[in-house]
Amino acid sequence: MTVLNRRTLIKIGGAAAALPLLGGAAFAQVDKVKAAFVLIGTPDDNGWNFGHDTGRKFMLDKLGADKVETTVVTNVAEGPDSERVFRELAQQGHHIIFATSFGYGDYVHKVAKQFPDVKFEWATGNATGPNVSIYNAKFHEGRAVVGTIAGLMTKTNTIAYIGSFPIPEVRMGINAYAIAARKVNPAVKVKVVYVDSWFDPAKEADAARALIDQGVDVITQHTDGPAALQVAEERGIVGGFGQGADMSAFAPKSHLTSIIDVWGPHYVEAVQAVLDGTWKEGASWPGIAAGEVVIGPYNEKIPAEVVAKAEEVKNAIAAGTLHPFAGPINDNAGAERVAAGDVIDDGEFWAVDWYAEGVEA
Amino acid sequence: MTLDLAIAIIITLVGASTPILLAALGELVVEKSGVLNLGVEGMMLIGAVVTVAVVLVTGNHWLAILCAALASAAAALIFGFLTLSLSANQVATGLALTILGTGFSALFGQPYTGKAVPLLRSPFPPELAADPLWRVLFGYSPLVYFSLIMVFVIWWFLKKTRAGLILRAVGENDLSAHSIGYPVIGVRYLAVAFGGAMAGIAGSCFPLILTPQWVERLTTGRGWIALALVVFAAWRPFRLLGGAYLFGLVMTLEVYAKAAGGGFRILPSELWAALPYLATILVLVLISMRRGGSSSAPACLGKPFLPAS
Amino acid sequence: MRRGVSLQLRLEKRAAPSRFMLYATPVAAVLITMVLGALIFTLLGYDGLGAVREIFFTPLTNPYKWQDLAVKASPLVIIAVGLAVSYRANVWNIGAEGQYIVGGIAGTGVALLTYDMTGPWILPLMLLAGIAGGMAYAAIPAFLRTQYKVNEILTTLMLTYVSVQLLNYLVFGPWKSPTSMGQPQTVLFSADQSLPYVIPGTIVQLGTPIAILIAVLVWFVMSRSVFGFSVRVVGASPAAARYGGFSAHRTVWMALLVSGGLAGLAGILEAAGPFGRLVPQFPTNYGFTAIIVAFLGRLNPLGALLAGIVLAITFVGGEVAQTTIALPFAAVGIFQAMMLFLLLAGDVLVRYRVRRVANEPARAPA
Repeated sequence: MTVLNRRTLIKIGGAAAALPLLGGAAFAQVDKVKAAFVLIGTPDDNGWNFGHDTGRKFMLDKLGADKVETTVVTNVAEGPDSERVFRELAQQGHHIIFATSFGYGDYVHKVAKQFPDVKFEWATGNATGPNVSIYNAKFHEGRAVVGTIAGLMTKTNTIAYIGSFPIPEVRMGINAYAIAARKVNPAVKVKVVYVDSWFDPAKEADAARALIDQGVDVITQHTDGPAALQVAEERGIVGGFGQGADMSAFAPKSHLTSIIDVWGPHYVEAVQAVLDGTWKEGASWPGIAAGEVVIGPYNEKIPAEVVAKAEEVKNAIAAGTLHPFAGPINDNAGAERVAAGDVIDDGEFWAVDWYAEGVEA
Repeated sequence: MTLDLAIAIIITLVGASTPILLAALGELVVEKSGVLNLGVEGMMLIGAVVTVAVVLVTGNHWLAILCAALASAAAALIFGFLTLSLSANQVATGLALTILGTGFSALFGQPYTGKAVPLLRSPFPPELAADPLWRVLFGYSPLVYFSLIMVFVIWWFLKKTRAGLILRAVGENDLSAHSIGYPVIGVRYLAVAFGGAMAGIAGSCFPLILTPQWVERLTTGRGWIALALVVFAAWRPFRLLGGAYLFGLVMTLEVYAKAAGGGFRILPSELWAALPYLATILVLVLISMRRGGSSSAPACLGKPFLPAS
Repeated sequence: MRRGVSLQLRLEKRAAPSRFMLYATPVAAVLITMVLGALIFTLLGYDGLGAVREIFFTPLTNPYKWQDLAVKASPLVIIAVGLAVSYRANVWNIGAEGQYIVGGIAGTGVALLTYDMTGPWILPLMLLAGIAGGMAYAAIPAFLRTQYKVNEILTTLMLTYVSVQLLNYLVFGPWKSPTSMGQPQTVLFSADQSLPYVIPGTIVQLGTPIAILIAVLVWFVMSRSVFGFSVRVVGASPAAARYGGFSAHRTVWMALLVSGGLAGLAGILEAAGPFGRLVPQFPTNYGFTAIIVAFLGRLNPLGALLAGIVLAITFVGGEVAQTTIALPFAAVGIFQAMMLFLLLAGDVLVRYRVRRVANEPARAPA
């Protein structure tokens, strides 16, 4: 392989250096992979970025420091700044670059064209390229499990979901949560509050207060960090769920369980493929079955039969006998959206623009 | 809407308003002395991170608030030295202070992320706050009562004391104040340090009242809302109190309306979020119209003090 | 006089600003920042020397990074040149970020209207719309200041937050691309709507030569024309300006329209260039950073050109330092703040002379 250092680059000069001949690895096997992770925030956010960084550490551990070295770039804005970072990383000779946010997509594809020998993996992305793969996790499968717990545990029959923005992924998380909760408790309604930000802990906390003040006693959230859970703990409601990582340290009494993103195995697989020279363009979207979406430890206050029911849902999803979006599904205006015996498949998933029955959004 | 819900909304909005009220009270005094410090957001972040660090290390809330006030006052004094002793441009220095506060808090806060911070709860016995009607009076963190006391103290100071008169004179006409023999620069130094301390305590509110944790950029722009609030209130302490609660209402009513469900929306949420700023501009115009074209801002606001010596 | 200063050293106002200090202090500010920064980060347990090397020198010594500097510096320079004119006229537009956003929105509006069309006229029209958008948005504070004497510092700042909400409303609502799978973004601009690359094989787009051109042009106008003279006179002393027959109102309008228009131009150049579409992440603080650039450049258009490059170096170098020596992202902010503090502190040397005073009592106020 060609190892690039600053001196060779200076020799080659500015303009020419952008030409594709300067890729990192060749097609053949690689002795030691340089892998880079581009994060939108910092690894200590107790959420999304934490999950990716935990996955990176897992991968490092698994493959060993003689096989892989990693670079992490934090606080990279989704915009032209990210393009520069991707190019810098590619030019430093990284073999594979993980772009861990949707908004990086345009720039991943741009830089990937200039460095055809560098592999790019775009988390939550929606378009692949010759050297760009996308990967995601079926978080909504986890939502179905926590929805089951919420449906069984709520005393007020009012549960809530704090969302960031009304985008399909969030909407489908809400639907999975509501469908599962109503399956075990048809009287449940799901209140939704969008905070219109990916990051505003004080507003998330206020959203949690607003929901609890209006009768909600179980909350889950689609934003990073434990702000809503801490309010649940303070108010002493039935509880809430960790998102992205186990957050029980923030709310020992109210943290019922958590949906943990486990990116580690995917990172191991991707880097191993680069080591073997077998990496190829693809789309990876595993869920509970593959161990990429994991349900954390259950709080001891959850009754045994509720745990049993949650485990049953989890195992059925893993076994493929239960689909979170199996019909019949009505939307919250009463129209039938999915007929009995039908499911919303992976392709239709991203086009859903309605809420399931029982959702108040 | 039931009475219970109304009370709940009041309690939440008071919590949301308190940091912007505290920071704005400090900035009000700074601006009354003729200085514009745009570094409020940075000083709040410094206050928030110092609070978390001290609480986690010592477990003492009061010591944490004190340290936050001192740390932010120290940061404000950097601003003071540059703008007052060296007559540097206040806009640029204030922005630099925000950049510094953001960077410093992110760096200094690294060891304290991912840890729960104990809340600073109401100083009254819990029985007093058990009933919702009583909770509206006794259910708040001590910082809330402190902010209310400070509204009165600052009003009294500016209106009734000789020192307050001097401070206002310095802000309205620094050259005459100087010629009478008032220490213009000294007064402004004190005002700037006080503003910093108040912004630091405002920062304390985030981990101690609102969301008990440290994470980078925890204050997410509330410092800029505080700056708007001072203008909205036309530099008057009691209007500031009303304005803070009005801004707090705007911030919390949106989530309560959304939580009510059933498609109930007050306004498109973007317009709702822009409302405090639009209202502030409107107030500026209205004041000016009523006074026949003169503004209510301290006359020397943002201008360096350059005696002819 | 201030007692603290006059104990040993005394500041004495210069008859005219020192030209030497004018040029020497920004250089000194950058140099002292490097020394202090290396010291501070070494004490904090990081590789302090490495930090300075990667942040300040790698982007310069590695020609491959020059294109990144060009891309990052261009919008900063364009906005800062406008702000320099405005601040010279004593008009404190600190809402360039908002004018930048509205410029991007206005230009994107043209792009969406002309989406099915082709032709070389589309891009110039978008740029004009961007300028018009920025000007229109800056006209609000200009109107309020001249009509109602409302302080422009406050209104320009407030309007910035309003513009962010306007952007969000559009990209989450009416302007959302039908093919974006529900993600908040507009369609990708077509080839006729995107900035051409000016150096083949690099990412340097038309924005860079425009930035250089604007800096030189505005420098020329400001230093060589009657118009530039009048701006400087009004800024330096409104009373003298009235005596000389220059209208203060016209100056306010001019300052805000020029700075707003240039910020708007930077906005659409950024949208049609590096971004390629409008997204909620479009506001990248260029409007605020450009205030620092304007000051670092001593409110001189050519100075803004240099200062824009210096700031771009710290941003690009900060990313390099993260990847090579794992320096935290926050360090860049500390370096930038330090640089600006030192520069502003150095200003005093331009206007004052430091005299040693031997045991002389503090002077009484004049």
